Amino acid sequence: MADWGSRLWPWYLAGPLLGLFVPALLIAGDKLFGFSSNLRHLCAALVPSRIEFFRYDWKQKGLWNLLFMAGTLIGGFLAAHWGVRHNIAISAQTRLSLAKLGIHDFSGVAPHELFTWHALFTLRGFVSVVVGGFLVGFGTAYAGGCTSGHAISGLADFQLPSLIAVIGFFVGGLAATYFILPLLF
Amino acid sequence: MTTQTSIAPTPSAPAKRGPALLVYLLLGIAFGVVLTKSEVLSWFRIQEMFRFQSFRMYGIIGSAIVTAAIFVALIKRLNLKSASGEIISIPPKQLGSGIRYAAGGTIFGLGWALTGACPGPLFALIGNGVSVMVVAVLSALLGTWTYGWLRPKLPH
Repeated sequence: MADWGSRLWPWYLAGPLLGLFVPALLIAGDKLFGFSSNLRHLCAALVPSRIEFFRYDWKQKGLWNLLFMAGTLIGGFLAAHWGVRHNIAISAQTRLSLAKLGIHDFSGVAPHELFTWHALFTLRGFVSVVVGGFLVGFGTAYAGGCTSGHAISGLADFQLPSLIAVIGFFVGGLAATYFILPLLF
Repeated sequence: MTTQTSIAPTPSAPAKRGPALLVYLLLGIAFGVVLTKSEVLSWFRIQEMFRFQSFRMYGIIGSAIVTAAIFVALIKRLNLKSASGEIISIPPKQLGSGIRYAAGGTIFGLGWALTGACPGPLFALIGNGVSVMVVAVLSALLGTWTYGWLRPKLPH
């Protein structure tokens, strides 16, 4: 038997497993798989305000999703302690591209040059964590969904708005990769 | 088991809610495990994707969509009800001018490449011990809050 804790799960296993969350949540309680709604629920729950976007019954609408979110954090913890950890085996080409950029530490799940508390006080760390995080929160709320809600749930239901959103995801992602990242190093 | 739900709250209803909600926690745990073991949560994998240097992420996202589409079509065809009795329905997203999807999608895409994570992976990364992602989550909350604040002025 393969040691599933220590090996990289192949794409043809991981992809269908991720797709199964859509029917699983529909069947469990008529819920639509979409993770970024949790950011809205957290705002509604934690920051009292008169803003209309956050004035709704978050417990009734979002408690299930917030539990899903808590589970995701726990699942990440459990998976990290299951089996032997090894470096992310990205392609030699990507390694080369990133080395040119200034990334030399390939030992973590995210590069230590950008994603440590120490790096937070550098321009590139600040942009990656704080600016990047802000754009994720603003963009998903504006677009009404993220990779799960639009790319998986939306496209699986052939919804045009989701296709527009996913094209946007890639326009933004390519722009950041080719124009913003090189400026940070 | 399906018809009595909306008429009156039965005494057993609150007791039923607890275990039902537990399902979502368990599904979330499974989600975090898959994100980790597939390395979808890794900044390195997202860079590999946006540089078109590996098929891997495209294979994952593509097969996820196909799998979900097959099951969504089946659920619709069979008119399935959920475990809690609702008729399963997927509300269509309102297209409007489409600006919110194009602009919001592009803004999220910028953030996706910079953090190397979408919202789900942000939380899975904290579980993986990348504790600084707590700051990314707080910043994402500020971003969502800012959207809510500016929403009346933004084109949709």
